[in-house]
Amino acid sequence: MGLTLAEKILARASGRESVAPEEIVVASVDVAMSHENADLVRKSFREIGVARVWDPERIVIIFDHRVPAESEKTATTHKAIREFVREQGIRNFYDVGRGGICHQVLAEHGHVLPGMVVVGTDSHTTTHGAFGAFAAGIGATEMAGVWTEGTLWFKVPQTFRILVDGELGPWVSAKDLILYIIGKLGADGADYRAVEFDGPVIRNFSIASRMVLSNLAMEMGAKVAFAPVDDKLIEYLSSRTGSRIPMSPSYEPDADAHYEKVIEIDASEVLQDPVVACPHSVDNVKPLSKLGDIAVNQAVLGSCTNGRLEDLAIAARVVEGHKVHPNTRLIIIPASQSIYLEAIRLGYLQKLVEAGAMINPPGCGPCVGVHQGILAAGEVCISSTNRNFIGRMGSKDSDVYLASPAVVAASAIAGHIAHPEEVAKEVAA
Amino acid sequence: MSSMILRGRVAAKLPDNIDTDIIYPGRYLNITDREKTPEHLFELAYPEIKANLKPGEFIVGGKNFGCGSSREQATAAIKYAGVGAVIAVSFARIFFRNSINLGLPVVVSPAAVAHLEAGDEIEIDLASGRIAKAGAKDFYSAAPLDPRAVELLNAGGLIPYLKKKHAAA
Repeated sequence: MGLTLAEKILARASGRESVAPEEIVVASVDVAMSHENADLVRKSFREIGVARVWDPERIVIIFDHRVPAESEKTATTHKAIREFVREQGIRNFYDVGRGGICHQVLAEHGHVLPGMVVVGTDSHTTTHGAFGAFAAGIGATEMAGVWTEGTLWFKVPQTFRILVDGELGPWVSAKDLILYIIGKLGADGADYRAVEFDGPVIRNFSIASRMVLSNLAMEMGAKVAFAPVDDKLIEYLSSRTGSRIPMSPSYEPDADAHYEKVIEIDASEVLQDPVVACPHSVDNVKPLSKLGDIAVNQAVLGSCTNGRLEDLAIAARVVEGHKVHPNTRLIIIPASQSIYLEAIRLGYLQKLVEAGAMINPPGCGPCVGVHQGILAAGEVCISSTNRNFIGRMGSKDSDVYLASPAVVAASAIAGHIAHPEEVAKEVAA
Repeated sequence: MSSMILRGRVAAKLPDNIDTDIIYPGRYLNITDREKTPEHLFELAYPEIKANLKPGEFIVGGKNFGCGSSREQATAAIKYAGVGAVIAVSFARIFFRNSINLGLPVVVSPAAVAHLEAGDEIEIDLASGRIAKAGAKDFYSAAPLDPRAVELLNAGGLIPYLKKKHAAA
């Protein structure tokens, strides 16, 4: 019997010929990433009491949740982490103004390669499955164990294979596809599972769009979520690392691998129009056309899910020639410094600012409910981010709807949740 | 394995998909002292739980308890508020691992969840995976914990476990 990609990587990382679902393996970790919660990791690491981290070259720390520091408390945390990083010789440290959102920075700087085991103290670490890595979120104390020993135990997961064929409708994106899938499977539909996305639609996606799938697979409980390793990805990674990454059969599942479930989706049938995840769970997914009139106070475009160049590009295209609705504010957060710079060069940010958007610095922004766009009671937000839980972006009495960048931009102009065509038509008229 | 029997009252019964923002809001993630986290336990949606909670009491959840973020404060807030164990139909994977690592017993038992209500006095035998109402002969079965999880819980969590291991080395 062949192996799924998750099984293949865990077998390699645990020094075994083969592994089977439900077995426990101890795997060596290739990359260990943390953001501001490196402070929690640092404290647990101190409590364990070893002097040095196992391998400073394999640890990456990126500030993103509270950048720049919004309070003295955070400033103190940032300072403590800077001191720790210096003490331990951790060179892969991305401070304020040097990086951006951790998952974007980890990818952009070529830290993740196919076949690796990547752990991060952030649930959306699944994002790196888009690069063929076994990438899972873990907690801070567990990370302190990784910093100590460089290994971690995993239960070998069962795998779902999700194949997407057909043609997506106009204005339908990777965000709509993954929200549709989460809506069908439920918030725990892929709990503890590895997911392999494949099929012509996925292979046609840009690397940025594949990252959206792997990122949001977490919201149906996935442990890891892979996109295929193909020439497009090899090109991307080679450009990031500055050296040619060789293709290997170890980056692909075996043809005779066993899957717990194979899910086939015909995009031509079911994905012709955008969808929206309604409050207060990511699996509460409805077709945009069925929502009715929902006025929005705020529109947010950013996050580890959708703050990349292609997202800013489509938003700029949608808002061009329009103004943000008087009752709505539009907040834009480029996912990284380099995306920010590129979006300036390409004129996207100019178009967005001309339309009345406010640009936040690269980071998590209001997505975690800390700063830079918090909602008051009774307010409604349409957002390209990843969670719409109660109080996620501010008041427990606020509502967050999750949608694609195009829908977010269109809604900012319309002042209510809107199909991009509604705004695009006005331009034509 | 040493005997692990917990006795106490069910403090609250919660619905499916209790996410980590409900357990511990993101705005307080810059609190990194575990002992201080209970102050914000269930603050947004269920503040009454913390107000009425007594040490050793249990929380009962539905499916996918602890879904969402990897924030360890969600587990820490429950543990350091004095909760003896969480019983649920299922747990989100990161929350489950965090709980074992911090030494908070997490028990998977759809049968117990179906029958337990807030206020019930119960007994949990972690070793045999049995949950019973006080005075009742019948018990509800729980999924057995992985031996590695049992080892960590017995040690009091991952930190004491690794501390001992590396002190001995």
